[in-house]
Amino acid sequence: MRKFLAKNAPGYIFLTPWLIGFFVLAIGPILISFYLSFTKYDIASPPKFTGLDNFDYMLFWDDRFWQSLKVTFAFVFLSVPGTLIFALAVAMALDKGIRAIGIYRALFYLPSILGGSIAVAILWRQLFSNNGVVNSFLALFGIQGPYWLSDPNYSLYTLVVLAIWQFGSPMLIFLAGLRAIPTELYEAAEIDAAGPVRKFFSITLPLLAPVMFFNLVLQMIEAFKTFNSAFIISDGRGNPLDSLLFFTLYLYNEAFSYFRMGYASALAWVLLLIIAAFTAVAFASSRYWVHYESDRG
Amino acid sequence: MADALPLQNPNATTAEIAQSLRDIRERKKRRANLLRHLFLIICSFVMVYPLLWLLASSLKPDAEIFGNLSLWPTNFDWANYSEGWNALVVSFTQFFWNSTLITVLAVIGNVISASFTAYAFARLEFAGKNFWFALMMMTLMIPYHIVLIPQYILFLKMGWVDTYLPLIVPRFLATDAFFIFLMVQFFRQLPRELDEAAMIDGCSPFKIYWAIILPLSVPAMATAAIFSFIGIWQDFLPPLVYLNDVKDYTVPLALRMFSSQDSVSLYGPMFAMSVLSIIPIFFFFVVFQRLIVQGIAMSGLK
Repeated sequence: MRKFLAKNAPGYIFLTPWLIGFFVLAIGPILISFYLSFTKYDIASPPKFTGLDNFDYMLFWDDRFWQSLKVTFAFVFLSVPGTLIFALAVAMALDKGIRAIGIYRALFYLPSILGGSIAVAILWRQLFSNNGVVNSFLALFGIQGPYWLSDPNYSLYTLVVLAIWQFGSPMLIFLAGLRAIPTELYEAAEIDAAGPVRKFFSITLPLLAPVMFFNLVLQMIEAFKTFNSAFIISDGRGNPLDSLLFFTLYLYNEAFSYFRMGYASALAWVLLLIIAAFTAVAFASSRYWVHYESDRG
Repeated sequence: MADALPLQNPNATTAEIAQSLRDIRERKKRRANLLRHLFLIICSFVMVYPLLWLLASSLKPDAEIFGNLSLWPTNFDWANYSEGWNALVVSFTQFFWNSTLITVLAVIGNVISASFTAYAFARLEFAGKNFWFALMMMTLMIPYHIVLIPQYILFLKMGWVDTYLPLIVPRFLATDAFFIFLMVQFFRQLPRELDEAAMIDGCSPFKIYWAIILPLSVPAMATAAIFSFIGIWQDFLPPLVYLNDVKDYTVPLALRMFSSQDSVSLYGPMFAMSVLSIIPIFFFFVVFQRLIVQGIAMSGLK
């Protein structure tokens, strides 16, 4: 017994802060959230168990739930491929030893660091205002820009552009991946007279697949969780006409503007399941298109 | 023609032809390089332009801000800064102090608790280690929104709402698995022989952590500290939920007050305060750029 203690005690002592955090602030809350999602709870009075009512209302009666799903999915499907394409294009331009790479890398990465800040969200609102920078620029070419922020057909694009602007961190990961591709492969391809397009599709892309996969999963999770910029740009409510009603924003308002904690918990579970499902699909599909160095046979 | 290209000259020697082929390739490469630089310069200008425009606009009178693409104010007007500093009910001195206090304590909590946890996972043997490690990695995926509501209810019952405790205490409990993962990766690289030699000399695991691992992991701790600083300084949702009194507000919450105000005349001051809010981050980014880039390459996460 003493031996068992002596062997295990130090590990658990060092683990204690994390264990407390894990039970009190992670697993505990997740279980409580699960329970709350089957209740009606406004904090003032104790939670009332209502069975599947929350989910029934959500799926069959709540138009704003579907609207928020639509907005969020549209955002994910526009912003994630956009971000990855830019990240890869710039990473490829930076690869193979270019002068001043440090400066370029820093300039491209800077927006990723500042992108979530309220200052940038405020700035973005002004850039896309009716007589803001974007429309002034379009006017130089005689184009009358739309009312980006007040026209529900265009408002989402402001946030998509903001997301793509932050391509810096996937770019850095691509850059590390490109470095790992042996140059001999390209030299061999050149001897076989392969052009740049052929080289890209036959060497770069297949060998970069694991990195691409990693970036894809990460960017998707990030995109589903977008909150700060959506909050500021849409006045905290998803304006105009719910066209920026991101899922997280809807959840926040249900919980902290209307204190419908039970319903908001149900929404949170839907978010968790969506993220988990997308991650699972990405992992499951990866065996068809990701080939790791070690399992080539 | 005497100076015709060797390739078109039937009398050229093989050496001349080889040389000229090399020249052509060299020229092609130089042109490709030039195009690459051109592409990168245009891209980086587009990337940085919004930030430069923000800086320029913070120095312009309001009349000059809109419909204006220029990055150079006609005359530098610092009034926006003094006006912005005191434009809200509470001055920005208070907001910056609040943000600094929360960020410093939270960063310390993050780094200490993450290094504790990472030491256990990376260097100690105990029953159930792999199980806990797998659970820890799973928490990386959990969105904050799902724990937010129960945490809020818990902190409300404890009387912690409208204090800084919900923003600081969880950081001391290693709630951000990203930093644990970052340090585990780093600790694993340190040579095992160090621990073993110390153990033979009769050092306890605590002594080893304190006297060997900690001093050697300064770069990892610095990376973790910078990442958590950048994240926590810009944190918005937790302070939005937990702080209701304007005098407790952090800088991002104060900035949001500008943007939700209807008064049209405060654009300049709003931009000025936005600039000030990102200066600390910009400073850390410039000074520690190398550590940040390495950190991303090492952990693969933002």
